[in-house]
Amino acid sequence: MQNKNNKMKLLVPLVSVFFGLLIGGIIMLVSGYRPIEAYAALFEGMVGGPYYIGETVRQMSPLILSGLAVAFAFRTGLFNIGVEGQLLVGWLAAVYVGVFVDAPAIVHIPLAILAAGVAGALWGAVPGILKARFKVHEVITTIMMNYIALYSTNEIIRNYMLAPGERTENVKETASLASPFLQSITEYSTLHYGIIVALIAAVIMWFLLWRTTMGYELRAVGFNQHASQYAGINVSKNIVLSMAISGAFAGIAGSMEGLGTYQYMTINAAFTGVGFDGIAVALLGANSAIGVVLAAALFGGLKIGALNMQSIAGVPTELVGVVIALIIFFVACSYIVHWLMNRVSKGGKI
Amino acid sequence: MEYVIEMRNIRKEFPGIVANDDITLQVKKGEIHALLGENGAGKSTLMNVLFGLYEPEQGEIYVKGNKVVNNDPNIANSLGIGMVHQHFMLVDKFTVTENIILGKEPVKGGKVDLQTAAKEVKALSDQYGLRVDPFAKIEDISVGMQQRVEILKTLYRGADILIFDEPTAVLTPQEILELIQIMRKLVSEGKSIILITHKLKEIMEVCDRCTVIRRGRSVGTVDVKDSNPDSLAAMMVGREVNFTVVKGVSEPKEPVLTIKDLVVLDSRKVAAVNGLNLTVKAGEIVGIAGVDGNGQSELLEAITGLRKANEGTIQLRDKDITNKTPRSVTASGLAHIPQDRHKHGLVLDFSVGENMVLQTYYQKPYSKNGILKFSPIFEKANKLISEYDVRTPDAYTPARALSGGNQQKAIIAREVDRDPDFLIAAQPTRGLDVGAIEFIHSKLIEQRDKGKAVLLVSFELDEIINVSDRIAVMYEGKIVAVVDPKETTEQELGLLMAGGKRGTVNAE
Repeated sequence: MQNKNNKMKLLVPLVSVFFGLLIGGIIMLVSGYRPIEAYAALFEGMVGGPYYIGETVRQMSPLILSGLAVAFAFRTGLFNIGVEGQLLVGWLAAVYVGVFVDAPAIVHIPLAILAAGVAGALWGAVPGILKARFKVHEVITTIMMNYIALYSTNEIIRNYMLAPGERTENVKETASLASPFLQSITEYSTLHYGIIVALIAAVIMWFLLWRTTMGYELRAVGFNQHASQYAGINVSKNIVLSMAISGAFAGIAGSMEGLGTYQYMTINAAFTGVGFDGIAVALLGANSAIGVVLAAALFGGLKIGALNMQSIAGVPTELVGVVIALIIFFVACSYIVHWLMNRVSKGGKI
Repeated sequence: MEYVIEMRNIRKEFPGIVANDDITLQVKKGEIHALLGENGAGKSTLMNVLFGLYEPEQGEIYVKGNKVVNNDPNIANSLGIGMVHQHFMLVDKFTVTENIILGKEPVKGGKVDLQTAAKEVKALSDQYGLRVDPFAKIEDISVGMQQRVEILKTLYRGADILIFDEPTAVLTPQEILELIQIMRKLVSEGKSIILITHKLKEIMEVCDRCTVIRRGRSVGTVDVKDSNPDSLAAMMVGREVNFTVVKGVSEPKEPVLTIKDLVVLDSRKVAAVNGLNLTVKAGEIVGIAGVDGNGQSELLEAITGLRKANEGTIQLRDKDITNKTPRSVTASGLAHIPQDRHKHGLVLDFSVGENMVLQTYYQKPYSKNGILKFSPIFEKANKLISEYDVRTPDAYTPARALSGGNQQKAIIAREVDRDPDFLIAAQPTRGLDVGAIEFIHSKLIEQRDKGKAVLLVSFELDEIINVSDRIAVMYEGKIVAVVDPKETTEQELGLLMAGGKRGTVNAE
């Protein structure tokens, strides 16, 4: 029974990816592109050489973290749609510390990442408090907090941190995650040390949820608030805590952009989308730490590979967006099938 | 002899479990046929096979002499089989009529013809003595009436073989009597009934024949008039069952729980508990008798810290626990078998092992410095599982996968094992079969004999009278009388519970 469940867990995403690519291919075919050639170029652009691998891995880091943020909240019964906003405030906090603080790298980098985590945690805690105290649904508040984050961070950059080009100054070298070493072994991709941070975060999420009393409480509250309260667990505290931890992951995802990929923050005309991609990553990764890492690798790779697909096979990058959407669609569908199968076998419990 | 339903040698497997193994069930036309078995014996599975929800691995089904092939719920419906589910399948916001016609609406001019439908519903309910108001909304009517709506749903669809799945589990004693009348009326009008139950009293009262299954196998079919509750129980459980609770004389000692002038508001801000005084001493079981809704739930919630006490004090030994958090109340020596085991008792998606440490996970040896220690947790769980005979494949199985009786045993194991001074048991045997009830009662008495104080809340008067050493009658938020179970009767209790005065029964 247990083995069968585990098999299903793996089977659902794999089948979904297969069908997503298949239907994507059919769409290319009817649109007059050559799918085999396009997919070959896509694959080449994902992992076909050190440069591409470096770019894929670089793209993974923020996706892992935003996926972890969504998955963590989901495991505790909350739907954090506010990863995008928490990511933006985290990005700003990291860049702020990176620009204005002077410290040796060994202090500066952790401090900037910590600032991002704290900013994201605070931003996430607000909907948590509203839910725990006033029973306001977190989906509504986190969506609104996204807009507040977008316009507030823009306003702060505009008023206090503006540099030429609608952006902030670059962070100091002591705060940068950029790595000449990683760049040199990947034929000068933009790979940076962020991936290490992201992988550590994945281990932390797993450990927190499954190995600590805090995780026990969070999961209990997620499954059944009444039984948790009966058992003496403080339900309100755990709702706020869960949103704060989720927000911290999201905030650190922002620091990947601020300290790694860009080294600065721009005035964003629109959302980055990374926070919303986190929902897709968490869904495909079945809300588990390892699943999130694998799903982030796939989506990161597809996004990077899309560039190559466009230049070699002439297929627009948007098609990768379609493929990703299809994969998510199939995951969601197969969860319905999965759920129905479970229901039937549960109904037959003796 | 032709049977209206004949299921021959049915076998149904689920991964790892044979739910039905070579079961044969034959129902005659116009009879009430009981299907008796413990929780988890395979009764529901068998009925789901009959209803076409499951396909059996082996066996044949005949309805009115014709073999049924490729059964599904639509075919079952068209063959005149109707199921009255234990958990009602009704739309709360719809009226009685709308619910009954749902899926089979009479249409006139493109619109649902509610007037005609309501007339039909009225005619049907008059014919079978099912009093319902066709225009009432489901959310506004009593549970008993909701059940009658479920019965009408099957009749409206032309069912002449009705399956009742544990129909009395949710009913009050008065409603049970009415249901029995209805079932008699139905068979007198030519319907046949299969009654799934584990309540022997009902079988003796209303059924013609009874098929007993145990752990997925048929034990046999008997004529009810040639049998008695003892023999049926023995068939069901596989051994002799003790109906009379064996217990010695209680030796109450010092007070453990002392409640003074307690006032508790319910969610509508009405005083549900209104100036209540109660003492429970070490070494005694105090039973609270009362009609549901007289403040019992609010009382228990106030004691356990789940609801605020507005006035008065609650003392556990010499410690004031009024308005303390659930955790500090628990730590003061209270254990609680909650009324609703799915809502409060268990985290159903947690494993049995994780559920066994629901209040103690943060203490040694189950965790250290905030890190869970799984080997002590599962060692403990395995010990409790074997001591309390909780039937589960292993401690890693989700609590959801267990049958109701085994879930309850798991909760009792956890609560009793914490060795509390004071144990609350709220409806501890609701929905359980005689074997499990016997076990739970013996555990409560064992706690009493160890010098613990036990508070039992139950709507089953049998249980209150048999298990308690003192009975406190609760009415409109107060304890209106305290009686000795040896000197009282169900009639007297019933009268007190309805607000009558002591002694009026004897005075007659």
